[in-house]
Amino acid sequence: MFTDFFYSLKKRRVPVSITEWMTLMEALAKGYISNLDEFYYLARAILVKSEAYYDHYDVAFQEYFKGIEAPAEITEQILEWLKDPINRMTLTEEERALFDKMDFDELLKEFEKRLEEQTEQHDGGGHWIGRGGTSPFGHSGYHPAGIRIGGQSRGRHAIQIAQERRFQNYRSDLTLDVRQIKMALRGLRQLNRIGPEDELDLEKTIKATSKNAGEIELIWTRSRKNAVKLLLLMDVGGSMEPFALLCSQLFSAAHSSSHFKDSQFFYFHNCIYDDLYHDIERNEAISTDHLLRTLEPDYKVVLVGDARMAPYELMERYGAINYYERNDTPGIIWLKRIADHFTHCIWLNPEVPRFWIYPTVRLIGKLFPMFELTLDGLGQAVKKLVVKK
Amino acid sequence: MNSNGFDQFKGSPDYVTSEPLRNAVNVSIALGRPVLIRGEPGTGKTLLAHSIARGLGKKLITWNIKSTTKAQEGLYIYDTVQRLNDSRFGDKDVSDIKQYIKLGKLGQAFASPEQLVLLIDEVDKADIEFPNDLLNELDEMSFYIPETNETISAIHRPITVITSNAEKELPDAFLRRCIFHYIEFPDPELMEEIVRVHFPDIKDNLLREALRTFYSLREIDEFRKKPSTSELIDWLQALMAGGVADEKISSEIPFIGTLLKKETDYNHFVNAYMTRIGDNYIIRRR
Repeated sequence: MFTDFFYSLKKRRVPVSITEWMTLMEALAKGYISNLDEFYYLARAILVKSEAYYDHYDVAFQEYFKGIEAPAEITEQILEWLKDPINRMTLTEEERALFDKMDFDELLKEFEKRLEEQTEQHDGGGHWIGRGGTSPFGHSGYHPAGIRIGGQSRGRHAIQIAQERRFQNYRSDLTLDVRQIKMALRGLRQLNRIGPEDELDLEKTIKATSKNAGEIELIWTRSRKNAVKLLLLMDVGGSMEPFALLCSQLFSAAHSSSHFKDSQFFYFHNCIYDDLYHDIERNEAISTDHLLRTLEPDYKVVLVGDARMAPYELMERYGAINYYERNDTPGIIWLKRIADHFTHCIWLNPEVPRFWIYPTVRLIGKLFPMFELTLDGLGQAVKKLVVKK
Repeated sequence: MNSNGFDQFKGSPDYVTSEPLRNAVNVSIALGRPVLIRGEPGTGKTLLAHSIARGLGKKLITWNIKSTTKAQEGLYIYDTVQRLNDSRFGDKDVSDIKQYIKLGKLGQAFASPEQLVLLIDEVDKADIEFPNDLLNELDEMSFYIPETNETISAIHRPITVITSNAEKELPDAFLRRCIFHYIEFPDPELMEEIVRVHFPDIKDNLLREALRTFYSLREIDEFRKKPSTSELIDWLQALMAGGVADEKISSEIPFIGTLLKKETDYNHFVNAYMTRIGDNYIIRRR
């Protein structure tokens, strides 16, 4: 039943799996879904696991169930007949199997046909549109693939909700997602024993206890914690605009990775000069010199940027694109200072490597090992950052 | 529909739900699968579990997840140190390992003779592998304790509610086993209903003015943290306690600190949208 809807979702790149589809079938078979509205929400709850795909789901839903609006309008005429609910009846197994075979289009055609034939109100029975029966149409009835008509007030219909496409803003269509980046960043760790002695050293305890003639001697040790400190410097200049989402994902992955001993984040515009910034709007500055003096050289430095700028922005005094920065020291010198101060630095470039022939990119690539900001590139970069020097 | 055990959860008097959310909860109860709730902070994800527990008259077990939480802790803890310590004095029978096995929250929920509501709160806070470590246990609703050669399996599958703040953090295998619902930010009508649950005798004028101001604040995209339901409730409380005239609500936004909790947001708002007149700040006309 509805198998085409499954493929329709797949076509829209909603990541649905057979497991979830079977769950939906289970819910349908048990009769938990009695009308299209419920189907819309329940199928979404079961099949779609992120609000980012709600919009894709809406599109697929519209596509598959288009034309369902018609009976929703006919509903109004029959509403009059169907005022009081009648207790639902249960179906035998074979009856259910019979109805399972019908698909939505058939149901719809059938509905319109019967509506034309029918001339009076009808309760019970297995064919006419009415109340409490086993016909797939009507209300309070029991039909797994049935269309609900009227009954209690239901507000808007599913297809209208789907048409609204309220979740368009939640779409992401991502190449790299936060979880993948986080997994890659997990590689950034060096476990050292630090902190309070809160872990039982079993080996030593046994030894000490034996020496003590069986009198228990507990030996504690410091637990292993990640000693990696991270410094993330991100370019938020105009040419980075197309990669804003990717960079914000990298940021949120690094920011929420709790396993670093310390992590610091700063922004710059095109190139690094006298100041770095705490915020993207670059209101709150901190002097680069101050950072170099206060941060130990063992911070792992990740610079993110396209490294593309006018050559004078990199090479000249007062070359900063922002006139008021009035940098006495050319950007390249600042970059060199960073590369010299910290033992492990890499540069992540969101652009594809075939554009890396641009002069400033090549110059910067000489200072910092440059990697593409993809899953593979990130993996290689992480490896580079943990090698012993 | 009650005949087949569906439609159990109908909300509780102090918690306003939407129909899709109720349906998601009910289908998760009926199919015995955890329901994963996501949504903006302050949309009542955690309260949902409390409401289910109250609505169905069941006990609630809350497992608050922290960054250091391990999956194992939810199942059971084998207190070896205590056992080792007891062995020195011989006042307890240390060969009975059972007394050193302490069930965690998940273990308690499985072992309970009655059906419970289990809330696994903020699952994304934990280590990234955490959800994967719980896959089997949540699927089968049972786990094995090698120390005592016992299997704890759920007598009644607990109604499991899992909440998460972050997007795209949970592994696919975990997601496949859950029913998912995203709590949208309530629209003004639903919000009015929610507010009235908290303040049954709030004045209409005050509420209308406050909601209008609140929703226009939410339209400003530059905030790091947009004000949410819980901030609105706090603000309304402050407005009512302060006895602010209705017309001042939108022109001055008194007690704006209760709505904008981040200093940067507050400063940004004051600089961009307000003018100082005498000792007061008022909203700049645009």
